[in-house]
Amino acid sequence: MRHTISVLVDNKPGVLARVAGLFSGRGFNIESLSVNETLDPSMSQMTIITRGDDRILEQINKQLNKLIDVIKVIDFQSGECRFIGRELALIKVNVGDHRRAEILSIIDIFRGKVVDVSRNHYTVEVTGDEEKIGAIIDLFKPIGIKEIVRTGTATLPRENKPE
Amino acid sequence: MKLNGAQILLECLLREKVKVIFGYPGGSVLDVYNALYDSKIKHILVRHEQGAVHAADGYARVSGDVGVCLVTSGPGATNTVTGLATAYMDSIPVVVLTGQVPTRLIGNDAFQEADIVGITRPCTKHNYLVRNAKELPGVIKEAFYIARSGRPGPVLVDLPKDILGKTMDFQFSDKVNIKGYKPTYKGNRRQITRALEEILQAKKPVIYAGGGVILANASNELSKLAKALKIPVTMTLMGLGCFPGAHPLSLGMLGMHGTYSANMAVTNCDLLIGIGARFDDRVTGDLNAFAASAKIIHVDIDPTSISKNIKVDIPIVGNARDILKEFLEDIGSKKVKMSARKQWLDEIDSWKSKHSLAYKMDKTIKPQFVIEKIYEITKGKSIIATEVGQNQMWSAQYFTFDKPRKFLTSGGLGTMGYGFPAAIGAQVADPKATVIDIAGDGSIQMNIQELATAVQYNLPVKIAILNNYSLGMVRQWQQLFYKKRYSHSTFEKHPDFVKLAEAYGAAGLRATKPDEVGPVIRKALSIPKPVIIEFIVEQEECVYPMVPAGAPISKMLLL
Repeated sequence: MRHTISVLVDNKPGVLARVAGLFSGRGFNIESLSVNETLDPSMSQMTIITRGDDRILEQINKQLNKLIDVIKVIDFQSGECRFIGRELALIKVNVGDHRRAEILSIIDIFRGKVVDVSRNHYTVEVTGDEEKIGAIIDLFKPIGIKEIVRTGTATLPRENKPE
Repeated sequence: MKLNGAQILLECLLREKVKVIFGYPGGSVLDVYNALYDSKIKHILVRHEQGAVHAADGYARVSGDVGVCLVTSGPGATNTVTGLATAYMDSIPVVVLTGQVPTRLIGNDAFQEADIVGITRPCTKHNYLVRNAKELPGVIKEAFYIARSGRPGPVLVDLPKDILGKTMDFQFSDKVNIKGYKPTYKGNRRQITRALEEILQAKKPVIYAGGGVILANASNELSKLAKALKIPVTMTLMGLGCFPGAHPLSLGMLGMHGTYSANMAVTNCDLLIGIGARFDDRVTGDLNAFAASAKIIHVDIDPTSISKNIKVDIPIVGNARDILKEFLEDIGSKKVKMSARKQWLDEIDSWKSKHSLAYKMDKTIKPQFVIEKIYEITKGKSIIATEVGQNQMWSAQYFTFDKPRKFLTSGGLGTMGYGFPAAIGAQVADPKATVIDIAGDGSIQMNIQELATAVQYNLPVKIAILNNYSLGMVRQWQQLFYKKRYSHSTFEKHPDFVKLAEAYGAAGLRATKPDEVGPVIRKALSIPKPVIIEFIVEQEECVYPMVPAGAPISKMLLL
C-alpha cells in the first residue's frame, strides 16, 4: 500500500542523506520526496511517499524515529489521519498549429496557468494532488509534452475533522 | 580560559572520564597529539587504525565505559570503518575522533581528505562534522551521550585541523538536549503486567537472552527472575555470560551452532521471553518454524528490533534492567515450585542427555579440547576474545561463561581480525585479568601487527591459534554444501608463528600432540608477556551441531 509520511527533522547538513541512506540501505523505496524549511528555521519538513506492507511501514516508521536528527514522524495512512497533499507541476506542451485553444481550455478546467509562451510551446503551471496532476498529463500526452517537472507532494494534516 | 581546539577536546574527554585513548597520529590531528603530550589521558599507540577501534571496543565491552579512538584524516579515518561497523552491529559504545583537512579545503580533494561522515553514516549510531569551533564542546558531550545511552553504539566526530588549532574561550557544555533523541528506559506498566501474567501461566517457558542484557548490566536481575520462576535460559552468542552457563537452568547458546537442548526448547516452548536480543537469522533459522507455537514477549530498548523478523505478542520497549526489576518487584515472594515445572524441565533434560556438544579424541589435537583445557586451567576466570569462524563457535560452545563482560566476539558483523586488538583493549581495561584471544590461523593474520602494541605496552595477552591451515568455517561449508570443492580455503604457506612471536619480542610456543596441550597452556600463562601458542589441530574438524542456513533450528546436523 502507498503511504504518505511526514517527517520533521533538524535543518542541518547531511540530514537528507541520512534519511535517503536509510531507505536505500534497507531496501525501502521512495516514490516522491519533498523537503522544506518550516516556520522554525531550525527544522525542516519532509514529505515522503513510499510503498510497502504493514510490516515494512512499521519498520520505516521505527527506523526513521531512530535517526537522531528526526524529531517526529507521521504516517498519514496509519491513524486515519486526514491530510491535504499538493504538488506542483510545470509542463511544457507543444502547441502545434491549431491546438492553442484546446490546450487553454484544458488548462482552464484544471485551474492551471500558462506561465511562459513561445512560438511552439506553452509552459503550464498546475497544482493539485497527484491524481489531478496525472490527469492533466494524460490529456496533454496526445498533444505532445516536451518536458515536465514535478515537485513531489507537500502535505499537512487537516485541522478540523468533518463530522 | 583560553585554549585551542585540541586542548578543549582533551578537556572535554577528561570531563567524560576518559582514561585511555587508542590511536594513531597523522597530519590532521597533530594539534591533538601535541596536547596529549602533557595530558593525564593515557594513549595506546596501535599499529593500524582498525586495531585502534577494535581495542576501544574491547575496552568498552570489559569496562562498560565508552571506548575512545583517535586517528588522522583520509586513510586513518577510512581504516576505522570495519571497527565502526563491528561496534555498530554489536551495540558497543565507542567514540571515534577523526582528523579532517582544514574547513576551507573540505570538498577540494585535498591531501588525505575523505568524506568520513558520508562514508560512516550507515555504520555509526550518529556522526558529526564539527564546522565551527564553538560547537566543539557541545558535540563531544552529545557524542558520548549518544554512544552510551539508549541502545549503545559507535559515534564518530570529524575534526577539521583549523578547528583543532583555533584558540578560543572554553565554555564547557554541561547539558544535552537532543530534540529527536529521547531513549525509553522505563517499560510500559500495562505491558509488564500482561507479560508477567503470561509468564506465570506458561507451562513451557524459555528465556532467550542476548547482548542487551549485558549492555544493560541486567545479569543479576535476569538470574534472579529465571531462578525464582524456574525458567530455562538460552543465550545468543552476544548474550553468553549474562546467565551462569554452568547453572542447571542454562541451555547454552541457541541457533545455527547452538546446543540441541536450546534449539529444541525454543522450538517446543509455549512462551518465549526475548530480552535484549534481536531474532537474528543465525539464531532463528527458518522464521516460520521458530518458536512456532509460542507466545512471544520481547523486551528491547530499540523499537526497531521488535517485530522486525518475528511478530511479537507482547513488546516492551525499555532498558532490560529496569524492566526486569519491575518483574521482580511484581513477583515479590512468589516462587514457582520445582514440581510445577517438572514436566518441562524433564523434557529439557531428555534433550540435554543427547550431549550435542561432543567430539572424538584422536592422535591429533582437537580444537574443542584446546578450549576445554583453557577453561579448565584458567578455572573459567579468563577473559576470552575470539576471532571469527570455527574458533569463535568452539569458544562459544566449549568455554562455559559464568559472568558477563568476559567474552568478546564480533557477533553481528563477524569481523575476522577483531579478537586480538579487542583482547588488547580488554587487558588495558583490566590489567590483572588473564586475557586470551582464541584465534584461527586465518583471522590472526588480519591484525597480527598489534603484537607490537601488546609488547610495547607490556600487555600480556595470550593468543591461542587453532591452526588447521585453513579458513575452517569456509572449508566446513565447502565440505558440507559444496561437494568438498575446497576452493581457496586452505593455506599452503604460513609464517612460523613461534618465530613470528619472537620477532615481535613476544614468546612463542607450539603444541602438536594432545598431551602437550595442557603443559603448553600452563607455560604460556606463566610467562608475563604476550605469548602466541600455536596448536596444530585436526584440519577436517567441523563445528557441530549445525543447522544449515535457512533450515528450522530443530533440524540439526549432529556429530
